[in-house]
Amino acid sequence: MRVSLFVTCLSDLYFPEVAESVVRVLHRLGIACDFPAGQTCCGQPALNSGYLDEARTVARRMIDVFADAETVVTPSGSCCATVREYFPHLLKADPAEHRRAQAMAAKTFEFTEFLQKRLKVDWSRWDLPYSAVATFHYSCHNRGIGMSPDDILGLVRQFRGLKYRSLVKTEQCCGFGGTFAVKFGEISGAMVQDKIACVKATGADTLICNDGGCTLNIIGALHREGVNIQVKHVASMLDEAMKAGNNRQLYARRADGPATVPLHSCSCGHGVTAAGGGGAG
Amino acid sequence: MSHPLPIVAEDFKHRAAAAATNLRIAEIFDRSARGKDDLRRLAMPELPHPLDTRELAARIKNHTLQNLDRYLDQFASRVRDHGGHVHFAADGTQANQIITEIAQAASAGLIVKSKSMVSEEIELNHALQAAGLNVLETDLGEYILQLAGEKPSHIVTPMAHKPKEEVGQLFAAKLGIPYTDDPTALTKAARKVLRESFRAADMGIIGANFAVAETGTVVIVTNEGNGRFCSSRPRLLVCLMGMEKLVPQLKHVPIYLKLLAKSATGQRITCYTSMITGPKRAGDFDGPEEFHVVILDNGRSHVLAGEYRDALRCIRCGACLNACPIYRKIGGHAYDATYPGPIGSVISPLFTSLATYADLPSACSLCGACLEACPVRIDLPTQLIHLRSDVNKDGHSPLSWRLGFKGWKLGMSSGLLYRLGATFGRWFMKIGARDGWKHKLPATGGIWTRYRDVPVMPKPFHKRWADLQKELDEEGKDER
Repeated sequence: MRVSLFVTCLSDLYFPEVAESVVRVLHRLGIACDFPAGQTCCGQPALNSGYLDEARTVARRMIDVFADAETVVTPSGSCCATVREYFPHLLKADPAEHRRAQAMAAKTFEFTEFLQKRLKVDWSRWDLPYSAVATFHYSCHNRGIGMSPDDILGLVRQFRGLKYRSLVKTEQCCGFGGTFAVKFGEISGAMVQDKIACVKATGADTLICNDGGCTLNIIGALHREGVNIQVKHVASMLDEAMKAGNNRQLYARRADGPATVPLHSCSCGHGVTAAGGGGAG
Repeated sequence: MSHPLPIVAEDFKHRAAAAATNLRIAEIFDRSARGKDDLRRLAMPELPHPLDTRELAARIKNHTLQNLDRYLDQFASRVRDHGGHVHFAADGTQANQIITEIAQAASAGLIVKSKSMVSEEIELNHALQAAGLNVLETDLGEYILQLAGEKPSHIVTPMAHKPKEEVGQLFAAKLGIPYTDDPTALTKAARKVLRESFRAADMGIIGANFAVAETGTVVIVTNEGNGRFCSSRPRLLVCLMGMEKLVPQLKHVPIYLKLLAKSATGQRITCYTSMITGPKRAGDFDGPEEFHVVILDNGRSHVLAGEYRDALRCIRCGACLNACPIYRKIGGHAYDATYPGPIGSVISPLFTSLATYADLPSACSLCGACLEACPVRIDLPTQLIHLRSDVNKDGHSPLSWRLGFKGWKLGMSSGLLYRLGATFGRWFMKIGARDGWKHKLPATGGIWTRYRDVPVMPKPFHKRWADLQKELDEEGKDER
């Protein structure tokens, strides 16, 4: 299996280390990543603001850029939701274009979704030390891609040494909403203040958040209030934990050969059911 | 803003800003709306197949809307068969006139009314009072609001904004009882007034939660029983309903009764379900001698014909309001619309004019909580996006935004321009930054930095890709 990374403009510009972690984690699971040149944005800002022609132009371009990709993985739930929910909707007028949009939608996955639902990684094989008192903000657009809070927490529970604190109003929007945040500054401000008040109340030192938009919003408000709570993407946590843990043998097996074994055909038990079959020997 | 907007639309931003910074509003609505949202989440899984049921409810409504002309005819014929009268009203003015004339013809002294959002939509009480008629709201919340001269802030729990202390003061002033904030004592005081009114009333006005085409039956649900008093005791009964309230057959009603109660208040079933089929017949113990149904269009047939038809599936449960994080922050009054919250942001501009409510569709972070909550699966986020597009196309959005997105499209259509923009942006963000953070941005960005700092941009991923490849190659070699 080969993955093409859709980094998203927000991760590219503000959270490049999250995207790096995505690539590292996939690499350690035996999955090679490419990074199609010329990628920009999925069109979400224009779509959400009702500039549908502009969004359509950018969506078409996105589909072209990833035309040859087998599987597209992105660290952002909202960008994934844009591709999955709205590309076919935006491009429904022309049947050929609609088919391409549907194909793009079908091969695009959010990072945690890809790990948990597509690869179905067997994390019990991995040693994932991560010492933190952590809570979790459920990014709204996970709804659109069918990732429930429990789906994501299933991955969070794999970290050894992580103390989980539940967050009141975990599913309530943090107030980002793209241009909403500047069109209705006071409402958005009240929403993010509500969110960080809930986060502070947990006593956690780490907030897990899988979306660039929410993260930019929440870290900004935390910094403004002088609150020292780390906001972490699951990819960064996995990256650090895989590296810190005793996973040498898993790395080595992966490195033995190319990751070309089809999904669900691998029974060699080296931590991932999807790929890296070269290590079985 | 460069584009002249009507006063009302301009005002929403100010009202919303004022409400959002009012902690009391946030506290009240966070408690009441979120509380009901939690109850809904608990109640819904009691259905054996919640999602299937909701989709079935959506399909039945779709079918009804698709064949609405036929079902309206059928419903009207059935009502007439039973001896009732049916009136079609194109707009609120017509409906008000029809109901006023009915009341005047019958020389109605006191009119008792159960809760109806359609009557709020057309400001029926104002019209009746202007004609010198005496109309009394009998839903406890609506009764309190009528005494206080206030409007509902929620479509199901109209006095969501009013704490019990305020009700205590109101009752002390208006009913002359000693001040108390004990809800039971207050309810008893209201009950005393209302009971007498039900006995004395000549005419009742009710809304309709559902109307059954097959039988000509009007269905209303209440928790207080006031709807049943209004519809059974007075000699004359008028039902005012939106034309989208129909369901084809009686057997479809239970699906909606289950969904409505669970979605609205987390109840299994509402306390009172009344089904009214025509006036009192020979041998009936009670019921009105004269029965009228007023079927209101008021913009609905226009919606029916367009791309927003799904919005007419709405059964007015208020679940989307309760789930909405924006509604929870600003409450219902800031919308200055009969229907607030997500569904209101869709149907308010559609039932009236886009210009009047141009800002409402944008007052939403598109979080999708409303879609998740909606018992008839209306895709409110997508409808709001399309309404935003309509607002832009009609020229109600500022020129700076329209030009801005043209520029944005250009930048995002070229990898080179995007990277140039990124480099420039990074350079710009460094100016005036302290310890890696900017505390103030110019222009529209200043709204963002009113509540948040912004980190300066690190070296972007697209410039790290080559190094990352090398690192991974090295990691591979190490392990080998």
